[in-house]
Amino acid sequence: MPQIFHHSTNALAKLTIYGAVFILVALLWVTAELNRSSWNTGQWVERQQPVQFSHKHHVGDDGIDCRYCHTSVETAASAGLPATTTCMNCHKQIWADSPYLEPVRESFRTGKPIEWIRVHDLPDFAYFNHSIHVNKGVGCSTCHGQVDQMPIAYQASTLQMEWCLGCHRNPEKFVRPKEKVFDMQWRQENKTNDEIAEGRSLATKYHIQPPNVLTSCSTCHR
Amino acid sequence: MSEDRHINFKLMRQYILDHQDGSAPKPAAGGLYSIQPLVAGTEKSKKYWRSLEELADAPEFREFVAREFPQQAEEWNDPFERRTFLKLMGASLALAGLSGCAFQPPEKIVPYVKQPEEEVPGKALFFATASSLGGIATPLLARSNEGRPTKVEGNPDHPNSRNHDPQDRGSSATDIFSQASILSLYDPDRAQTPLYRDESRTWSTFVGEIRTALDEQRPKQGAGIRFLTETVTSPTLAAQLKGILTEFPQAKWHQYEPANNDNARAGAVMAFGQPVNTIYDFSKADRILSLDADFLAAMPGTLRYARDFAARRRVSEAQKEMNRLYMVETTPTTTGASADHRWSVKPSEMEAFGRKLLMEITPVVRSTVQPPQITPNIHATNVPDQWVQKLAADLVTHRESSIVIVGKEQPPIIHALTHLMNSGLLNVGKTVNYSDPLEANSADQRQSLQELLNDIDGSRVEMLVIVGGNPVYNTPADLKLNQERMFKTKLRVHLSQYRDETSELCHWNIPETHHLEAWSDTRAYDGTVTIVQPLIEPLYQNKSAHELLAVFTAKYDQKPYDIIREYWRNAGKQQTVNSKQQTANRTASNAERPQDAANSNPGSSTTTTPTVPSASTDFESWWRKCVHDGFVPGTALPTKTVSVNGANLEQPVAGGTPAIPGFELVFRTDPTIYDGRFANNGWLQELPKPLTKLTWDNAALVSPNTAKQLGLEKTNGKKGREAYVDTVKISYQGRSISDAVPAYIMPGQPDGVITLHLGYGRKRAGRVGNDHGFNAYEIRTAAAPWSGAGAQVEKGPATYLLALTQQHFNMEDPNFSKEPRDIYREQTLEQYLHGEHPENESEMPAKDDTLYDPNLYDYQNQGNGLNYAWGMAIDLNNCIGCNGCTIACQSENNIPVVGKEQVVRSREMHWIRLDTYFQGDDASNPEGTHFMPVPCMHCENAPCEPVCPVHATVHSAEGLNDMVYNRCVGTKYCSNNCPYKVRRFNFFLYQDWETPTYQLMRNPDVSVRSRGVMEKCTYCVQRIQSAKITSEIEGRKVRDGEIVTACQAVCPTEAIVFGDINDPNSKVSKLKAEQRNYSLLGELNTIPRTTYLSALRNPNPEIK
Repeated sequence: MPQIFHHSTNALAKLTIYGAVFILVALLWVTAELNRSSWNTGQWVERQQPVQFSHKHHVGDDGIDCRYCHTSVETAASAGLPATTTCMNCHKQIWADSPYLEPVRESFRTGKPIEWIRVHDLPDFAYFNHSIHVNKGVGCSTCHGQVDQMPIAYQASTLQMEWCLGCHRNPEKFVRPKEKVFDMQWRQENKTNDEIAEGRSLATKYHIQPPNVLTSCSTCHR
Repeated sequence: MSEDRHINFKLMRQYILDHQDGSAPKPAAGGLYSIQPLVAGTEKSKKYWRSLEELADAPEFREFVAREFPQQAEEWNDPFERRTFLKLMGASLALAGLSGCAFQPPEKIVPYVKQPEEEVPGKALFFATASSLGGIATPLLARSNEGRPTKVEGNPDHPNSRNHDPQDRGSSATDIFSQASILSLYDPDRAQTPLYRDESRTWSTFVGEIRTALDEQRPKQGAGIRFLTETVTSPTLAAQLKGILTEFPQAKWHQYEPANNDNARAGAVMAFGQPVNTIYDFSKADRILSLDADFLAAMPGTLRYARDFAARRRVSEAQKEMNRLYMVETTPTTTGASADHRWSVKPSEMEAFGRKLLMEITPVVRSTVQPPQITPNIHATNVPDQWVQKLAADLVTHRESSIVIVGKEQPPIIHALTHLMNSGLLNVGKTVNYSDPLEANSADQRQSLQELLNDIDGSRVEMLVIVGGNPVYNTPADLKLNQERMFKTKLRVHLSQYRDETSELCHWNIPETHHLEAWSDTRAYDGTVTIVQPLIEPLYQNKSAHELLAVFTAKYDQKPYDIIREYWRNAGKQQTVNSKQQTANRTASNAERPQDAANSNPGSSTTTTPTVPSASTDFESWWRKCVHDGFVPGTALPTKTVSVNGANLEQPVAGGTPAIPGFELVFRTDPTIYDGRFANNGWLQELPKPLTKLTWDNAALVSPNTAKQLGLEKTNGKKGREAYVDTVKISYQGRSISDAVPAYIMPGQPDGVITLHLGYGRKRAGRVGNDHGFNAYEIRTAAAPWSGAGAQVEKGPATYLLALTQQHFNMEDPNFSKEPRDIYREQTLEQYLHGEHPENESEMPAKDDTLYDPNLYDYQNQGNGLNYAWGMAIDLNNCIGCNGCTIACQSENNIPVVGKEQVVRSREMHWIRLDTYFQGDDASNPEGTHFMPVPCMHCENAPCEPVCPVHATVHSAEGLNDMVYNRCVGTKYCSNNCPYKVRRFNFFLYQDWETPTYQLMRNPDVSVRSRGVMEKCTYCVQRIQSAKITSEIEGRKVRDGEIVTACQAVCPTEAIVFGDINDPNSKVSKLKAEQRNYSLLGELNTIPRTTYLSALRNPNPEIK
């Protein structure tokens, strides 16, 4: 009776057995990577909006402060989206006939609100509060990226829990002076030792809670 | 940590092995009635017990202690076999895996077009409003999240919520009905469109039809028009009705509701010759005698009374005096449970008791009033004569600072006797004040209904307009507004929130607005006009009573806001005219003036003198302030001087002659669904009634002796431990109850007296309220609305399954090897003042005598920045068992309703439960009844934490025992290991995720839990975080009292206090430093953050 398997298949068998370990690890790695990829997190994905609104133009070119539109960012959990009337404050005068602004004018005429597509969508069991972050020296650009350079808004961070914890564990790496919170040009992260030392002193100055409080589950989940 | 876990498992394994072979001590044989032998036996009898099973140490009780959930409860009535289930699970697991990968659909953000001023998305706004029950307002402060009302609290600015102390911050308490009203607002079963003979019509069609009918009535001066309302206190509504009656002089206005004030009214007429409203001041009362008055739970002004009453019982190092409450009652109530002395008497014995007591009081006190000659007419009562003497002596010693209070359920003679007693004790003007009736048109409602029915029977009624209420269901059996009578009227209109039994028989059903949808005004118990302000547009095409009545006037399309505002605008103008007229009268004595006004124009708003500005600019700002504050200042009814006339009492009074053989019946409104109007409210249906712990049903309450006499049993469990009870057949004056009447053995119930709660047995309540319990209105007669003698009661053939939570979540020691656990603690005031600790003081183990890392939760040295350590203290001395905390928590924390079937399986979801303990060896006459609210203890050495395999429950740096829903995989180990049994598991998807209106109701700051997740009290962590964020933005620490948990806010007696225990000056720290403070099951070394202050009783040393 001839051999069913040729000798060379031994090598193949060995390769399979050893390979299985690598394949398993590779699979885990792929899963982890996929989980963190923008495919899953939606990071970097530009969202088409009903109005072709450009942050780059309004923030970068015109220099409008974040708080002109996102009015409750310093006082409430939600930063707030501008009411149609806020848009019309300017656009009654400038670009009053632009076809791009027709949805805004329509909303103003009919009283039907504009339905924007949410760019930063946290899960419902995470209770993020803008006001406390802004008041403790966490800048807009630290989480939202350089909005002044985004013609179409996209999500600049993964918004995953490990990303949140990155700062909640080491706030000194991200804190900036309060007066620079709305400064798009300020560094998004403190990297050098000097910067981190400054962050540390700011954290003390602003009474930022120690990591054991910031990483308690009920800080974000209720 | 991992080593700890090994030791833990070893211990657990050992424990299981020890008990597996049934070596656990077997309970004594015998049913519920073998209570006495145990007492005589060698075993030490129980001091406190929650159920008769526990007192008897029945096997069912032991099983409840050993297992939190009944054995194999999951298989009861389960259509799926286990294998089928596994097969199904296989399929659904695969699907679940797939659905887990699904991306969330993109969400939309929809900003305002024009953002309302003050509205910030994510920030709640609060508006003053009110709910009313029986015409009496409960002032509210309702929370609005983006325009959706989500929670109600009491209005602390309202005069009713404030005591005499100018520093007082006001109480934010409400009753359970107001708390649960949020659920009623979003109830999908509400009536939604105007219906004509079951077909949807528009409001304008209705208006057209009524206007035509009115034109027909006009020549007859409206002789065929009848209005039937509930008790009306609203000045505007009364003015509207009076306006209509002026236009149609022959039309009539009748008032009826089942829980009315007729007896109190008749009693006042008997004593004073005129109806009065009695207002008590418990803040000045040292001795209180209550004759069946449930003034801590069910009475106009109950919140204020409870607060003042509790303040006089708050004994500390500073205040060493305490009031004393005597209770004589015909059926156990929560007020009786708070009493220092409680006697139960039959309804027929009450008069004898009252007369005896009055005779003891009047000769002693030199009264300003001539003591009337009272015919003794005395029969034996349960209260021995020497006690009556001692009681009278105590009251007389504390004359001018005592209160004799009587419940509205007692017959008029008792009210009259009480007025005499208060007058004899010189309490009038001190602790007891009289004013004009609150009702806009005070009338005897029984008589009013009788007149209406006479007119219907005489075919004199052509148009019957029923404004609110459900008379077809709740009128007395012998004065029934039944189908036959209804069909005798040509046009019937019903304004109602639900399409109920009455709507069914009416041509027109107009959906009524909820109080959070409508403008109105109403009166609080002292007469203060309280503005009802809507928070939301009517969800459907609902109309308020004001709008409905406007249809009968020339301004038939007036908006409700305009109606209310116009009334007050005119009141201002009217007042200017009046004041000019009365300038001369003003020189007369102040005491007489209000009386004059009252006599000239009884009940109308001119009896009170609110300072309504007449100029339009002044009026606008005045009106805005009234709406903002929620009340019209200066509208409390002025005190009235009335003189007692005892002459009427000399004749023997009819009613309640005890010679009638048979059982005596007592009717009461249900503790949770009132007269039936809340039947479709799942929160109230599932709220365990404070003394019986019954949910979803009513029952006939019988005493243990009567049960024995009738041969009634409670058989536990066909499959597990469900409470199957015997039914009874009750007939009274030839009528009987058609549904099965389950009998419930109530400790403390007088023998031979059967208590029936109204409000159940609804057929058209809605999908929640239909077909629960029995309808006691079937045998309630007009002559005996609250009690009647001569009923026949016998054992019925069937048994009935009751959903009782009485034995659920028991905290006894599961291996029964030791003494009963020391759970509830109480001592007398005397013992306390002598510095005695309560007996059985358990030794706290050393803090490091533990498996836990002793430094892990060393809260004083957490180094957590602001160094907060949250804790709670619950003063058992002040808990009156009102259930408010349970329902406020349900509302605040999005807690679902599970239904009767699930409650039977011990799966109710309430995060804070109210345990009721009875005391003593005698089940028929327990020495005391006690309440204990039990939320999560937030133990520092939390037993739930180390057993969780997925770290779903962990400690926060500030000492909260956090529950992470997303990590939870549902092993239930934590719940098994919790000695307090405060964890709740979502066995099914209890939350209604589908009904859109319920989505509007939820608190957006609390996660809505899904199936398979454990949950429990979080100390209202959303409120903690919100206060912390606010304080940190403002650069300060959280102030003491800034964080108020939902249970604390609603507590009328302020028994629950929450705060930072690291701050030695916080209220909670001070309470915890009191000598009465103790840790529940402290001997387990759990170091709970929630601690209790033991209760105090102040019994009369001369009465034993």
